[in-house]
Amino acid sequence: MTLYVLRTLLKMTVTLFVIITLVFFATRLSGSPLETFLGDGLTAEDRELMIAYFGLDGSIWQQYLAYLRGVLEGNFGLSFLERRPVAEIVAERIWPSLQLLLAALAVTLCVALPLGILAALYRTSWIGSAIMALAFVGYAVPNFVIATFMVLVFAFVLNWLPVVGNGTWAHFIMPTIAMSGVLIAALTRFTRNAMLDVLGQDFMRTARAKGLPETVVILKHGLRNAGVTVLSVLGLQIAGLAAAGNVVVEAIFSWPGIGELLVNSAITRDYPVLQFGVITVAAAVIVINALTDIAYAFADPRIRLGTG
Amino acid sequence: MLALSDTPRGALLTLWVEANWVQRIAALLALALLLAAILAPLVAPFDPLKQSLISRLRPPLGFERYKDGFLLGTDALGRDVLSRTLFGLQLTLGLALLGALIGLMIGGTLGLLAGLRRGWAEDTIMGAVDIQIAVPFTLIALLILSIFGSSLPIMICVLGIAGWEQYARIVRGEVRKITEMPYIEAARASGGGPRYIALRHVLPNIVSPLVVQFTLSVSNIVILESTLSFLGLGVQPPTATLGSMVGYGRDYMPTAPWIVIAPAVAIILLTFSVQILGDWLRDRADVRLRSR
Repeated sequence: MTLYVLRTLLKMTVTLFVIITLVFFATRLSGSPLETFLGDGLTAEDRELMIAYFGLDGSIWQQYLAYLRGVLEGNFGLSFLERRPVAEIVAERIWPSLQLLLAALAVTLCVALPLGILAALYRTSWIGSAIMALAFVGYAVPNFVIATFMVLVFAFVLNWLPVVGNGTWAHFIMPTIAMSGVLIAALTRFTRNAMLDVLGQDFMRTARAKGLPETVVILKHGLRNAGVTVLSVLGLQIAGLAAAGNVVVEAIFSWPGIGELLVNSAITRDYPVLQFGVITVAAAVIVINALTDIAYAFADPRIRLGTG
Repeated sequence: MLALSDTPRGALLTLWVEANWVQRIAALLALALLLAAILAPLVAPFDPLKQSLISRLRPPLGFERYKDGFLLGTDALGRDVLSRTLFGLQLTLGLALLGALIGLMIGGTLGLLAGLRRGWAEDTIMGAVDIQIAVPFTLIALLILSIFGSSLPIMICVLGIAGWEQYARIVRGEVRKITEMPYIEAARASGGGPRYIALRHVLPNIVSPLVVQFTLSVSNIVILESTLSFLGLGVQPPTATLGSMVGYGRDYMPTAPWIVIAPAVAIILLTFSVQILGDWLRDRADVRLRSR
Protein backbone atom coordinates (compact mmCIF):
# COMPACT_ATOMS: atom_id res chain seq x y z
CA MET A 1 0.00 0.00 0.00
CA THR A 2 2.74 2.46 0.99
CA LEU A 3 4.49 1.44 -2.19
CA TYR A 4 1.34 2.15 -4.20
CA VAL A 5 0.95 5.60 -2.67
CA LEU A 6 4.60 6.42 -3.25
CA ARG A 7 4.41 5.26 -6.84
CA THR A 8 1.30 7.36 -7.49
CA LEU A 9 2.94 10.42 -5.96
CA LEU A 10 6.13 9.83 -7.94
CA LYS A 11 4.16 9.54 -11.17
CA MET A 12 2.31 12.74 -10.29
CA THR A 13 5.60 14.60 -9.71
CA VAL A 14 7.09 13.34 -12.98
CA THR A 15 3.97 14.37 -14.91
CA LEU A 16 4.06 17.83 -13.34
CA PHE A 17 7.74 18.21 -14.17
CA VAL A 18 7.18 17.16 -17.78
CA ILE A 19 4.30 19.62 -18.11
CA ILE A 20 6.27 22.53 -16.65
CA THR A 21 9.11 21.72 -19.05
CA LEU A 22 6.83 21.41 -22.09
CA VAL A 23 5.00 24.64 -21.26
CA PHE A 24 8.27 26.48 -20.75
CA PHE A 25 9.77 25.42 -24.07
CA ALA A 26 6.49 25.88 -25.92
CA THR A 27 6.36 29.56 -24.99
CA ARG A 28 9.97 29.98 -26.13
CA LEU A 29 9.32 28.41 -29.55
CA SER A 30 7.95 31.67 -30.91
CA GLY A 31 11.35 33.32 -30.51
CA SER A 32 11.38 36.07 -27.92
CA PRO A 33 8.00 35.97 -26.19
CA LEU A 34 8.38 39.61 -25.21
CA GLU A 35 8.60 40.88 -28.82
CA THR A 36 4.91 41.86 -29.22
CA PHE A 37 5.09 43.96 -26.05
CA LEU A 38 8.31 45.85 -26.78
CA GLY A 39 7.32 47.42 -30.07
CA ASP A 40 9.74 49.40 -32.21
CA GLY A 41 9.96 52.62 -30.26
CA LEU A 42 12.63 51.43 -27.81
CA THR A 43 16.36 52.10 -27.96
CA ALA A 44 18.68 49.11 -27.96
CA GLU A 45 19.66 49.71 -24.34
CA ASP A 46 16.08 49.96 -23.11
CA ARG A 47 15.32 46.79 -24.98
CA GLU A 48 18.21 45.00 -23.23
CA LEU A 49 16.98 46.36 -19.93
CA MET A 50 13.43 45.10 -20.46
CA ILE A 51 14.65 41.67 -21.55
CA ALA A 52 16.77 41.41 -18.42
CA TYR A 53 13.90 42.74 -16.28
CA PHE A 54 11.65 39.85 -17.31
CA GLY A 55 14.47 37.31 -16.94
CA LEU A 56 14.66 36.60 -20.65
CA ASP A 57 18.41 37.14 -21.06
CA GLY A 58 20.94 34.32 -21.24
CA SER A 59 20.70 31.08 -23.21
CA ILE A 60 17.47 29.11 -23.22
CA TRP A 61 18.99 26.51 -20.89
CA GLN A 62 19.99 29.17 -18.38
CA GLN A 63 16.46 30.55 -18.56
CA TYR A 64 15.03 27.08 -18.10
CA LEU A 65 17.16 26.38 -15.02
CA ALA A 66 16.25 29.80 -13.63
CA TYR A 67 12.58 29.05 -14.24
CA LEU A 68 12.83 25.69 -12.47
CA ARG A 69 14.56 27.35 -9.53
CA GLY A 70 11.81 29.95 -9.49
CA VAL A 71 9.15 27.24 -9.46
CA LEU A 72 10.75 25.65 -6.38
CA GLU A 73 10.93 29.03 -4.65
CA GLY A 74 7.38 29.98 -5.62
CA ASN A 75 8.53 32.69 -8.03
CA PHE A 76 6.93 32.30 -11.45
CA GLY A 77 7.90 35.54 -13.12
CA LEU A 78 6.21 38.85 -13.87
CA SER A 79 3.25 39.61 -16.08
CA PHE A 80 4.20 41.51 -19.27
CA LEU A 81 1.04 43.57 -19.02
CA GLU A 82 0.70 44.27 -15.33
CA ARG A 83 4.36 44.01 -14.21
CA ARG A 84 3.20 42.11 -11.14
CA PRO A 85 4.16 38.58 -10.04
CA VAL A 86 1.96 36.14 -11.97
CA ALA A 87 1.42 34.06 -8.85
CA GLU A 88 -0.29 37.08 -7.29
CA ILE A 89 -2.50 37.61 -10.38
CA VAL A 90 -3.53 33.96 -10.53
CA ALA A 91 -4.09 33.77 -6.77
CA GLU A 92 -6.69 36.55 -6.96
CA ARG A 93 -8.60 34.50 -9.50
CA ILE A 94 -8.75 31.24 -7.57
CA TRP A 95 -11.62 32.06 -5.20
CA PRO A 96 -14.17 33.17 -7.86
CA SER A 97 -13.31 30.09 -9.94
CA LEU A 98 -13.64 27.86 -6.91
CA GLN A 99 -17.04 29.36 -6.04
CA LEU A 100 -18.36 28.66 -9.53
CA LEU A 101 -16.82 25.19 -9.52
CA LEU A 102 -18.37 24.28 -6.17
CA ALA A 103 -21.77 25.56 -7.26
CA ALA A 104 -21.57 23.52 -10.48
CA LEU A 105 -20.39 20.47 -8.56
CA ALA A 106 -23.22 20.72 -6.03
CA VAL A 107 -25.82 21.02 -8.82
CA THR A 108 -24.19 18.13 -10.69
CA LEU A 109 -24.30 15.82 -7.67
CA CYS A 110 -27.88 16.74 -6.75
CA VAL A 111 -29.10 16.12 -10.30
CA ALA A 112 -26.86 13.39 -11.68
CA LEU A 113 -26.94 10.91 -8.78
CA PRO A 114 -30.75 10.59 -8.58
CA LEU A 115 -31.02 10.56 -12.39
CA GLY A 116 -28.34 7.90 -12.70
CA ILE A 117 -29.99 5.69 -10.08
CA LEU A 118 -33.42 6.09 -11.69
CA ALA A 119 -32.00 5.35 -15.12
CA ALA A 120 -30.52 2.12 -13.77
CA LEU A 121 -33.69 1.05 -11.92
CA TYR A 122 -36.00 1.83 -14.84
CA ARG A 123 -33.62 0.98 -17.63
CA THR A 124 -36.20 -0.92 -19.65
CA SER A 125 -38.99 1.64 -19.32
CA TRP A 126 -39.40 5.05 -20.94
CA ILE A 127 -38.05 6.76 -17.79
CA GLY A 128 -34.63 5.21 -18.30
CA SER A 129 -34.62 6.06 -22.00
CA ALA A 130 -35.71 9.64 -21.33
CA ILE A 131 -32.94 10.17 -18.77
CA MET A 132 -30.30 8.72 -21.05
CA ALA A 133 -31.57 10.89 -23.91
CA LEU A 134 -31.23 13.91 -21.64
CA ALA A 135 -27.69 12.87 -20.69
CA PHE A 136 -26.96 12.54 -24.39
CA VAL A 137 -28.12 16.09 -25.03
CA GLY A 138 -25.85 17.38 -22.27
CA TYR A 139 -22.95 15.56 -23.86
CA ALA A 140 -23.51 16.57 -27.46
CA VAL A 141 -24.29 20.27 -27.07
CA PRO A 142 -21.18 22.39 -26.47
CA ASN A 143 -21.44 24.50 -23.32
CA PHE A 144 -20.94 27.77 -25.18
CA VAL A 145 -24.04 26.99 -27.25
CA ILE A 146 -26.07 26.28 -24.09
CA ALA A 147 -24.72 29.50 -22.58
CA THR A 148 -25.50 31.54 -25.69
CA PHE A 149 -29.10 30.34 -25.85
CA MET A 150 -29.57 30.94 -22.12
CA VAL A 151 -28.24 34.47 -22.45
CA LEU A 152 -30.55 35.06 -25.39
CA VAL A 153 -33.65 33.84 -23.57
CA PHE A 154 -33.12 34.79 -19.92
CA ALA A 155 -31.09 37.97 -20.30
CA PHE A 156 -32.26 39.57 -23.53
CA VAL A 157 -35.80 38.30 -24.14
CA LEU A 158 -37.09 37.84 -20.59
CA ASN A 159 -34.64 40.22 -18.93
CA TRP A 160 -34.46 38.09 -15.79
CA LEU A 161 -30.78 37.43 -15.27
CA PRO A 162 -27.57 39.47 -15.47
CA VAL A 163 -24.93 38.38 -18.01
CA VAL A 164 -21.63 39.84 -16.86
CA GLY A 165 -19.77 39.53 -13.57
CA ASN A 166 -20.23 37.70 -10.29
CA GLY A 167 -21.83 40.26 -7.96
CA THR A 168 -25.00 38.58 -6.71
CA TRP A 169 -26.45 35.08 -6.47
CA ALA A 170 -28.41 35.76 -9.68
CA HIS A 171 -25.07 36.02 -11.46
CA PHE A 172 -24.38 32.40 -10.53
CA ILE A 173 -27.40 30.85 -12.23
CA MET A 174 -26.44 30.84 -15.90
CA PRO A 175 -22.71 30.10 -15.51
CA THR A 176 -23.50 27.27 -13.09
CA ILE A 177 -25.99 25.67 -15.47
CA ALA A 178 -23.71 26.14 -18.48
CA MET A 179 -20.88 24.50 -16.59
CA SER A 180 -22.79 21.63 -15.06
CA GLY A 181 -24.47 20.50 -18.32
CA VAL A 182 -21.68 18.26 -19.51
CA LEU A 183 -20.76 17.25 -15.94
CA ILE A 184 -24.32 16.09 -15.26
CA ALA A 185 -24.35 14.15 -18.53
CA ALA A 186 -21.08 12.41 -17.71
CA LEU A 187 -21.91 11.63 -14.09
CA THR A 188 -25.43 10.38 -14.90
CA ARG A 189 -23.98 7.89 -17.38
CA PHE A 190 -21.35 6.66 -14.93
CA THR A 191 -23.80 6.43 -12.02
CA ARG A 192 -26.22 4.42 -14.15
CA ASN A 193 -23.54 1.98 -15.27
CA ALA A 194 -22.11 1.61 -11.77
CA MET A 195 -25.61 0.97 -10.37
CA LEU A 196 -26.35 -1.55 -13.13
CA ASP A 197 -23.21 -3.46 -12.17
CA VAL A 198 -24.18 -3.42 -8.51
CA LEU A 199 -27.85 -4.32 -9.02
CA GLY A 200 -26.93 -7.70 -10.44
CA GLN A 201 -24.74 -8.64 -7.46
CA ASP A 202 -25.56 -11.42 -5.00
CA PHE A 203 -25.57 -9.19 -1.92
CA MET A 204 -28.46 -7.22 -3.39
CA ARG A 205 -30.51 -10.38 -3.64
CA THR A 206 -29.54 -11.26 -0.07
CA ALA A 207 -30.59 -7.83 1.16
CA ARG A 208 -33.97 -8.23 -0.53
CA ALA A 209 -34.34 -11.77 0.77
CA LYS A 210 -33.82 -10.47 4.31
CA GLY A 211 -37.01 -8.48 3.76
CA LEU A 212 -35.44 -5.02 3.71
CA PRO A 213 -37.55 -2.32 2.10
CA GLU A 214 -36.57 -1.57 -1.49
CA THR A 215 -35.39 2.00 -0.73
CA VAL A 216 -32.97 0.69 1.91
CA VAL A 217 -31.71 -1.97 -0.48
CA ILE A 218 -31.10 0.57 -3.23
CA LEU A 219 -29.70 3.42 -1.16
CA LYS A 220 -27.76 1.56 1.51
CA HIS A 221 -26.53 -1.52 -0.28
CA GLY A 222 -26.67 -0.34 -3.87
CA LEU A 223 -25.51 3.26 -3.75
CA ARG A 224 -22.85 2.63 -1.16
CA ASN A 225 -21.19 0.08 -3.37
CA ALA A 226 -21.69 1.98 -6.59
CA GLY A 227 -20.54 5.13 -4.77
CA VAL A 228 -16.89 4.13 -4.76
CA THR A 229 -16.87 3.85 -8.54
CA VAL A 230 -18.86 7.05 -8.92
CA LEU A 231 -16.51 8.99 -6.65
CA SER A 232 -13.47 7.79 -8.52
CA VAL A 233 -15.05 8.89 -11.79
CA LEU A 234 -15.82 12.22 -10.17
CA GLY A 235 -12.15 12.71 -9.41
CA LEU A 236 -10.72 11.34 -12.63
CA GLN A 237 -13.09 12.52 -15.35
CA ILE A 238 -14.99 15.41 -13.86
CA ALA A 239 -11.86 17.31 -12.85
CA GLY A 240 -10.68 17.49 -16.44
CA LEU A 241 -14.12 18.32 -17.84
CA ALA A 242 -14.63 21.02 -15.22
CA ALA A 243 -11.27 22.61 -15.99
CA ALA A 244 -12.09 22.77 -19.70
CA GLY A 245 -15.63 24.02 -19.10
CA ASN A 246 -14.36 26.63 -16.67
CA VAL A 247 -12.32 28.32 -19.41
CA VAL A 248 -15.26 28.69 -21.78
CA VAL A 249 -17.97 29.57 -19.29
CA GLU A 250 -15.90 32.18 -17.45
CA ALA A 251 -14.93 33.80 -20.74
CA ILE A 252 -18.58 34.04 -21.81
CA PHE A 253 -19.86 35.53 -18.57
CA SER A 254 -16.76 37.64 -17.85
CA TRP A 255 -16.40 35.74 -14.59
CA PRO A 256 -13.24 37.02 -12.86
CA GLY A 257 -11.71 33.57 -12.46
CA ILE A 258 -8.76 31.61 -13.80
CA GLY A 259 -10.50 30.51 -16.99
CA GLU A 260 -11.20 34.06 -18.08
CA LEU A 261 -7.63 35.01 -17.17
CA LEU A 262 -6.32 32.18 -19.36
CA VAL A 263 -8.34 33.22 -22.41
CA ASN A 264 -7.40 36.88 -21.99
CA SER A 265 -3.71 36.18 -21.54
CA ALA A 266 -3.83 33.86 -24.57
CA ILE A 267 -5.35 36.64 -26.68
CA THR A 268 -3.03 39.39 -25.38
CA ARG A 269 -0.03 37.01 -25.45
CA ASP A 270 0.89 37.67 -21.86
CA TYR A 271 2.95 34.47 -21.75
CA PRO A 272 4.11 34.48 -18.11
CA VAL A 273 0.47 34.62 -16.98
CA LEU A 274 -0.70 32.06 -19.55
CA GLN A 275 2.23 29.79 -18.66
CA PHE A 276 1.54 29.88 -14.95
CA GLY A 277 -2.23 29.66 -15.40
CA VAL A 278 -1.93 26.53 -17.53
CA ILE A 279 0.50 24.99 -15.05
CA THR A 280 -1.80 25.82 -12.11
CA VAL A 281 -4.93 24.30 -13.66
CA ALA A 282 -3.04 21.27 -14.99
CA ALA A 283 -1.44 20.78 -11.57
CA ALA A 284 -4.84 20.98 -9.88
CA VAL A 285 -6.26 18.32 -12.20
CA ILE A 286 -3.23 16.06 -11.80
CA VAL A 287 -3.19 16.35 -8.01
CA ILE A 288 -6.93 15.61 -7.83
CA ASN A 289 -6.40 12.58 -10.10
CA ALA A 290 -3.57 11.28 -7.92
CA LEU A 291 -5.52 11.80 -4.69
CA THR A 292 -8.51 10.01 -6.24
CA ASP A 293 -6.29 7.10 -7.20
CA ILE A 294 -4.99 6.87 -3.65
CA ALA A 295 -8.44 7.25 -2.09
CA TYR A 296 -9.76 4.57 -4.43
CA ALA A 297 -6.94 2.27 -3.39
CA PHE A 298 -7.82 2.81 0.27
CA ALA A 299 -11.47 2.02 -0.43
CA ASP A 300 -10.68 -1.09 -2.44
CA PRO A 301 -9.38 -3.93 -0.23
CA ARG A 302 -7.94 -5.72 -3.25
CA ILE A 303 -5.42 -2.91 -3.67
CA ARG A 304 -5.16 -2.00 0.03
CA LEU A 305 -4.25 -5.49 1.15
CA GLY A 306 -2.58 -6.66 -2.04
CA THR A 307 1.09 -6.60 -2.82
CA GLY A 308 0.70 -3.56 -5.13
CA MET B 1 -28.19 -11.32 -41.66
CA LEU B 2 -24.76 -12.77 -42.00
CA ALA B 3 -25.14 -13.33 -45.72
CA LEU B 4 -26.10 -9.69 -46.16
CA SER B 5 -22.97 -8.45 -44.43
CA ASP B 6 -20.62 -10.07 -46.92
CA THR B 7 -20.41 -6.99 -49.13
CA PRO B 8 -19.98 -3.37 -47.99
CA ARG B 9 -23.39 -2.56 -49.47
CA GLY B 10 -24.91 -5.49 -47.65
CA ALA B 11 -23.28 -4.36 -44.39
CA LEU B 12 -24.79 -0.89 -44.75
CA LEU B 13 -28.16 -2.43 -45.50
CA THR B 14 -27.95 -4.60 -42.38
CA LEU B 15 -27.07 -1.54 -40.32
CA TRP B 16 -30.09 0.30 -41.70
CA VAL B 17 -32.50 -2.57 -41.08
CA GLU B 18 -31.34 -3.01 -37.47
CA ALA B 19 -31.41 0.71 -36.65
CA ASN B 20 -34.19 2.39 -34.69
CA TRP B 21 -35.87 5.54 -35.92
CA VAL B 22 -33.62 7.94 -33.97
CA GLN B 23 -30.58 6.36 -35.52
CA ARG B 24 -32.10 6.48 -38.98
CA ILE B 25 -32.94 10.17 -38.62
CA ALA B 26 -29.41 10.83 -37.34
CA ALA B 27 -27.91 8.98 -40.30
CA LEU B 28 -30.03 10.93 -42.79
CA LEU B 29 -29.27 14.19 -41.02
CA ALA B 30 -25.54 13.51 -41.04
CA LEU B 31 -25.73 12.69 -44.74
CA ALA B 32 -27.69 15.88 -45.43
CA LEU B 33 -25.20 18.00 -43.50
CA LEU B 34 -22.29 16.34 -45.31
CA LEU B 35 -23.93 17.05 -48.66
CA ALA B 36 -24.73 20.63 -47.66
CA ALA B 37 -21.09 21.13 -46.66
CA ILE B 38 -19.71 19.64 -49.88
CA LEU B 39 -22.20 21.43 -52.11
CA ALA B 40 -22.04 24.76 -50.23
CA PRO B 41 -20.60 26.67 -53.23
CA LEU B 42 -23.46 25.38 -55.40
CA VAL B 43 -26.42 25.69 -53.03
CA ALA B 44 -25.50 28.87 -51.17
CA PRO B 45 -27.68 31.67 -52.55
CA PHE B 46 -25.02 34.39 -52.09
CA ASP B 47 -21.28 34.92 -51.77
CA PRO B 48 -20.69 34.49 -48.00
CA LEU B 49 -18.17 37.34 -47.95
CA LYS B 50 -20.13 39.85 -50.00
CA GLN B 51 -21.05 42.84 -47.85
CA SER B 52 -23.94 45.16 -48.46
CA LEU B 53 -24.30 48.18 -46.21
CA ILE B 54 -27.85 48.97 -47.27
CA SER B 55 -29.14 45.54 -46.20
CA ARG B 56 -27.52 45.23 -42.78
CA LEU B 57 -29.14 43.25 -39.93
CA ARG B 58 -32.18 42.16 -41.95
CA PRO B 59 -34.33 39.49 -40.20
CA PRO B 60 -35.17 36.06 -41.66
CA LEU B 61 -38.17 35.12 -43.82
CA GLY B 62 -41.51 35.84 -42.15
CA PHE B 63 -40.40 38.87 -40.14
CA GLU B 64 -40.85 42.56 -40.81
CA ARG B 65 -38.11 44.24 -42.90
CA TYR B 66 -37.27 40.85 -44.49
CA LYS B 67 -35.25 41.35 -47.65
CA ASP B 68 -36.00 39.11 -50.63
CA GLY B 69 -33.71 36.13 -51.05
CA PHE B 70 -31.93 36.41 -47.68
CA LEU B 71 -33.84 33.49 -46.16
CA LEU B 72 -32.12 33.51 -42.75
CA GLY B 73 -31.49 37.25 -42.68
CA THR B 74 -28.24 39.20 -42.89
CA ASP B 75 -25.49 40.03 -40.39
CA ALA B 76 -24.02 43.35 -39.27
CA LEU B 77 -22.13 43.76 -42.55
CA GLY B 78 -25.10 42.78 -44.70
CA ARG B 79 -23.77 39.30 -45.46
CA ASP B 80 -26.25 36.47 -46.04
CA VAL B 81 -26.51 34.36 -42.87
CA LEU B 82 -27.63 31.20 -44.69
CA SER B 83 -24.69 31.31 -47.10
CA ARG B 84 -22.27 32.01 -44.26
CA THR B 85 -23.70 29.14 -42.24
CA LEU B 86 -23.31 26.75 -45.19
CA PHE B 87 -19.69 27.77 -45.76
CA GLY B 88 -19.06 27.75 -42.01
CA LEU B 89 -20.42 24.21 -41.90
CA GLN B 90 -18.11 23.26 -44.74
CA LEU B 91 -15.05 24.57 -42.91
CA THR B 92 -16.08 23.19 -39.51
CA LEU B 93 -16.83 19.72 -40.87
CA GLY B 94 -13.74 19.73 -43.09
CA LEU B 95 -11.51 20.73 -40.18
CA ALA B 96 -13.09 18.09 -37.94
CA LEU B 97 -12.66 15.29 -40.49
CA LEU B 98 -9.08 16.34 -41.20
CA GLY B 99 -8.28 16.64 -37.50
CA ALA B 100 -9.77 13.23 -36.73
CA LEU B 101 -7.82 11.72 -39.65
CA ILE B 102 -4.51 13.21 -38.46
CA GLY B 103 -5.25 12.00 -34.94
CA LEU B 104 -6.01 8.54 -36.31
CA MET B 105 -2.73 8.42 -38.20
CA ILE B 106 -0.59 9.68 -35.31
CA GLY B 107 -2.37 7.67 -32.64
CA GLY B 108 -2.73 4.57 -34.79
CA THR B 109 0.96 4.49 -35.69
CA LEU B 110 2.12 5.12 -32.14
CA GLY B 111 -0.38 2.63 -30.72
CA LEU B 112 0.74 -0.03 -33.19
CA LEU B 113 4.35 0.67 -32.27
CA ALA B 114 3.58 0.48 -28.55
CA GLY B 115 1.65 -2.73 -28.98
CA LEU B 116 4.17 -4.55 -31.15
CA ARG B 117 7.40 -3.28 -29.63
CA ARG B 118 7.50 -3.64 -25.89
CA GLY B 119 10.13 -1.90 -23.76
CA TRP B 120 11.15 1.76 -23.81
CA ALA B 121 9.20 2.61 -26.97
CA GLU B 122 5.99 1.46 -25.32
CA ASP B 123 6.84 3.19 -22.03
CA THR B 124 7.55 6.50 -23.74
CA ILE B 125 4.41 6.40 -25.89
CA MET B 126 2.12 5.38 -23.06
CA GLY B 127 3.72 8.01 -20.82
CA ALA B 128 2.85 10.65 -23.42
CA VAL B 129 -0.69 9.25 -23.58
CA ASP B 130 -1.00 9.56 -19.79
CA ILE B 131 0.16 13.17 -19.85
CA GLN B 132 -2.24 14.12 -22.62
CA ILE B 133 -5.10 12.51 -20.69
CA ALA B 134 -4.10 14.31 -17.49
CA VAL B 135 -4.06 17.82 -18.96
CA PRO B 136 -7.36 19.26 -20.24
CA PHE B 137 -6.78 19.72 -23.96
CA THR B 138 -8.42 23.15 -24.04
CA LEU B 139 -5.42 24.44 -22.07
CA ILE B 140 -2.93 22.96 -24.53
CA ALA B 141 -4.92 24.43 -27.42
CA LEU B 142 -4.98 27.89 -25.80
CA LEU B 143 -1.21 27.74 -25.37
CA ILE B 144 -0.47 26.60 -28.93
CA LEU B 145 -2.86 29.07 -30.58
CA SER B 146 -1.52 31.93 -28.49
CA ILE B 147 2.10 31.12 -29.36
CA PHE B 148 1.78 30.37 -33.07
CA GLY B 149 -1.14 32.63 -33.84
CA SER B 150 -4.40 31.30 -35.18
CA SER B 151 -4.10 30.39 -38.84
CA LEU B 152 -5.72 27.51 -40.68
CA PRO B 153 -2.60 25.25 -40.67
CA ILE B 154 -2.06 25.79 -36.94
CA MET B 155 -5.72 25.05 -36.25
CA ILE B 156 -5.44 21.80 -38.21
CA CYS B 157 -2.37 20.81 -36.16
CA VAL B 158 -4.18 21.58 -32.89
CA LEU B 159 -7.23 19.54 -33.91
CA GLY B 160 -4.96 16.75 -35.17
CA ILE B 161 -3.26 16.25 -31.82
CA ALA B 162 -6.50 16.70 -29.88
CA GLY B 163 -7.53 13.05 -29.87
CA TRP B 164 -4.52 10.94 -30.84
CA GLU B 165 -4.18 9.42 -27.39
CA GLN B 166 -7.56 7.68 -27.64
CA TYR B 167 -6.55 5.95 -30.88
CA ALA B 168 -3.17 5.03 -29.39
CA ARG B 169 -4.80 3.40 -26.36
CA ILE B 170 -7.33 1.47 -28.43
CA VAL B 171 -4.81 0.26 -31.00
CA ARG B 172 -2.26 -0.76 -28.38
CA GLY B 173 -4.88 -2.67 -26.39
CA GLU B 174 -6.28 -4.46 -29.42
CA VAL B 175 -2.83 -5.24 -30.79
CA ARG B 176 -1.74 -6.81 -27.51
CA LYS B 177 -4.92 -8.88 -27.47
CA ILE B 178 -4.58 -9.96 -31.08
CA THR B 179 -0.88 -10.83 -30.94
CA GLU B 180 -1.74 -13.48 -28.33
CA MET B 181 -4.04 -15.19 -30.82
CA PRO B 182 -3.02 -18.52 -32.40
CA TYR B 183 -3.33 -17.26 -35.97
CA ILE B 184 -0.62 -14.69 -35.38
CA GLU B 185 1.56 -17.47 -34.03
CA ALA B 186 0.80 -19.39 -37.23
CA ALA B 187 1.62 -16.41 -39.43
CA ARG B 188 4.89 -15.94 -37.59
CA ALA B 189 5.70 -19.64 -37.85
CA SER B 190 5.15 -19.56 -41.59
CA GLY B 191 7.78 -16.86 -41.91
CA GLY B 192 5.80 -13.60 -41.82
CA GLY B 193 7.86 -10.57 -40.79
CA PRO B 194 6.59 -8.01 -38.23
CA ARG B 195 5.62 -5.56 -41.00
CA TYR B 196 3.65 -8.23 -42.84
CA ILE B 197 1.90 -9.33 -39.64
CA ALA B 198 1.07 -5.77 -38.63
CA LEU B 199 -0.44 -4.82 -41.98
CA ARG B 200 -1.97 -8.11 -43.04
CA HIS B 201 -3.22 -9.63 -39.79
CA VAL B 202 -3.42 -7.00 -37.06
CA LEU B 203 -4.70 -3.99 -38.97
CA PRO B 204 -7.85 -5.61 -40.46
CA ASN B 205 -8.88 -6.71 -36.98
CA ILE B 206 -8.75 -3.28 -35.38
CA VAL B 207 -10.66 -1.46 -38.10
CA SER B 208 -14.01 -1.66 -36.34
CA PRO B 209 -13.02 -0.03 -32.99
CA LEU B 210 -11.13 2.60 -34.98
CA VAL B 211 -14.19 3.47 -37.06
CA VAL B 212 -16.17 3.94 -33.86
CA GLN B 213 -13.49 6.12 -32.28
CA PHE B 214 -13.14 8.14 -35.48
CA THR B 215 -16.85 8.95 -35.54
CA LEU B 216 -16.92 9.94 -31.87
CA SER B 217 -13.81 12.06 -32.24
CA VAL B 218 -15.27 13.95 -35.21
CA SER B 219 -18.04 15.13 -32.90
CA ASN B 220 -15.55 15.98 -30.13
CA ILE B 221 -13.38 17.94 -32.55
CA VAL B 222 -16.39 19.87 -33.85
CA ILE B 223 -17.04 20.92 -30.26
CA LEU B 224 -13.38 21.79 -29.62
CA GLU B 225 -12.99 23.77 -32.84
CA SER B 226 -16.26 25.67 -32.35
CA THR B 227 -15.31 26.48 -28.78
CA LEU B 228 -11.87 27.82 -29.74
CA SER B 229 -13.30 29.80 -32.67
CA PHE B 230 -16.08 31.10 -30.43
CA LEU B 231 -13.45 32.43 -28.01
CA GLY B 232 -11.78 34.28 -30.90
CA LEU B 233 -8.77 31.95 -31.01
CA GLY B 234 -9.73 30.06 -34.15
CA VAL B 235 -9.56 30.86 -37.82
CA GLN B 236 -9.56 34.64 -38.24
CA PRO B 237 -12.20 36.70 -40.09
CA PRO B 238 -13.50 37.14 -42.73
CA THR B 239 -13.25 33.33 -42.97
CA ALA B 240 -15.84 31.91 -40.61
CA THR B 241 -16.51 28.58 -38.95
CA LEU B 242 -19.76 27.90 -37.15
CA GLY B 243 -18.14 28.64 -33.78
CA SER B 244 -16.71 32.01 -34.77
CA MET B 245 -20.07 33.01 -36.28
CA VAL B 246 -21.68 32.45 -32.90
CA GLY B 247 -18.81 34.29 -31.22
CA TYR B 248 -18.97 37.42 -33.38
CA GLY B 249 -22.76 37.36 -33.60
CA ARG B 250 -23.01 37.54 -29.83
CA ASP B 251 -22.50 41.31 -29.90
CA TYR B 252 -25.71 41.71 -31.90
CA MET B 253 -27.80 39.23 -29.94
CA PRO B 254 -30.26 41.71 -28.40
CA THR B 255 -31.25 43.16 -31.79
CA ALA B 256 -30.38 40.45 -34.32
CA PRO B 257 -30.46 37.03 -32.64
CA TRP B 258 -30.75 35.19 -35.99
CA ILE B 259 -27.04 35.79 -36.65
CA VAL B 260 -26.27 33.52 -33.68
CA ILE B 261 -29.17 31.09 -33.90
CA ALA B 262 -28.47 29.76 -37.41
CA PRO B 263 -24.86 28.63 -36.79
CA ALA B 264 -25.65 27.49 -33.23
CA VAL B 265 -28.42 25.22 -34.49
CA ALA B 266 -26.09 23.92 -37.21
CA ILE B 267 -23.52 23.01 -34.54
CA ILE B 268 -26.15 21.19 -32.46
CA LEU B 269 -27.45 19.24 -35.48
CA LEU B 270 -23.91 18.30 -36.46
CA THR B 271 -22.73 17.12 -33.03
CA PHE B 272 -26.04 15.36 -32.38
CA SER B 273 -26.16 13.36 -35.58
CA VAL B 274 -22.49 12.40 -35.52
CA GLN B 275 -22.58 11.44 -31.85
CA ILE B 276 -25.68 9.29 -32.32
CA LEU B 277 -23.95 7.58 -35.24
CA GLY B 278 -20.87 6.99 -33.10
CA ASP B 279 -22.85 5.56 -30.17
CA TRP B 280 -24.78 3.35 -32.55
CA LEU B 281 -21.62 1.97 -34.18
CA ARG B 282 -20.06 1.44 -30.75
CA ASP B 283 -23.05 -0.50 -29.45
CA ARG B 284 -22.94 -2.69 -32.53
CA ALA B 285 -19.20 -3.25 -32.32
CA ASP B 286 -19.32 -4.05 -28.61
CA VAL B 287 -20.89 -7.46 -28.27
CA ARG B 288 -21.13 -7.19 -24.49
CA LEU B 289 -23.35 -4.13 -24.74
CA ARG B 290 -25.70 -5.63 -27.30
CA SER B 291 -27.36 -7.89 -24.76
CA ARG B 292 -28.10 -4.97 -22.43
